Amino acid sequence: MTNKKILVVLPHPDDEAYFVSGTLAKYIEEGAQVTYACLTLGEMGRNMGVPLFANRVTLPAIRKLELAASAQSIGIQDLRMLGFHDKMIEFEDRDLLDSQIMKLIQELTPSLVITFYPGYSVHPDHDATGAAVIRTIARLPLTERPVVHCSAFSNNHEKVIGKADVSIDVTRFLATKIKSILSHSSQFQEDKLLGGRDITDDIIRSKFGTERFWTYQFGDVIAAKPRGDLVCAQM
Amino acid sequence: MQLIQPQEIQSHIDRFTGLDLYIHLELTTGAYASHIDSSRPPGSAFISNAVIRYTHGSISGTGPYRVGLKTEQGWIYAEGLTHVDENETERLILAGHDNQGKLIVALQLSRNPF
Repeated sequence: MTNKKILVVLPHPDDEAYFVSGTLAKYIEEGAQVTYACLTLGEMGRNMGVPLFANRVTLPAIRKLELAASAQSIGIQDLRMLGFHDKMIEFEDRDLLDSQIMKLIQELTPSLVITFYPGYSVHPDHDATGAAVIRTIARLPLTERPVVHCSAFSNNHEKVIGKADVSIDVTRFLATKIKSILSHSSQFQEDKLLGGRDITDDIIRSKFGTERFWTYQFGDVIAAKPRGDLVCAQM
Repeated sequence: MQLIQPQEIQSHIDRFTGLDLYIHLELTTGAYASHIDSSRPPGSAFISNAVIRYTHGSISGTGPYRVGLKTEQGWIYAEGLTHVDENETERLILAGHDNQGKLIVALQLSRNPF
């Protein structure tokens, strides 16, 4: 068992459900201890439930409960809510952000860290979270760095970073994955998610059955450019 | 959240006239707009817990609704409002949702910070 202690760092409740829940369920079954550091409560989310049951004021408390339910369904042993503000991660004080991530790494000494691939993860919070994790780990001596697996899904990502080198078959954990996603009931509804199909359906298995990651290559410099720099360079 | 009844909103707006209020005003397409449809650039803005005071305010339209609040120095405006939190007695929590139920606009006023 190589991935005994895993730290997951993602910005929004439901990021874990969509991108890593199957993988985590698999690792946990194999004996892994998982800490999930969720940076925000997703309080700026646009989905308010169907029929509407949330609003800007009530959403944070609702999503906090959904996050706890999702983590429980996956079997995550340690859930941390870091209390940053949704949508503001890229503007947050970097020293504060990085120091909180560093504290977690020093406390937990994970062998594997899972986050978003900076620059290729669509939402500015995703990119900024991944960038913070990479920055922080790059400060550690080479021998102390955990392996970093990044999730990426922007439209152009494969052209630039190639195909994922880690591909996890999670078909055996599909029920857990779907349960984790549907724990976020303000954000996802079963009929929309599954379109009336069940988890034995080939379409569902092909859509949700594989989770892909890129092992981050550190090199000597921090390759993770913030998204803003990339945009400016093209203009 | 319930569909807006404009008369009730108007009376709430009137009750808040001349008071120092915390405002949350937001407009958003969501961060995934161009990921889903490359012809739609994402656009969003919010301002949270700024303190404002209006001299006159009203709700207008036939639904979705518009709200305009006249301050001593300028205006505050929101369009596309469809819903109100009916459980709030002190605060005014207004929101606009698209046909998929996603939030597109929020206008909130309160005597205390959100």
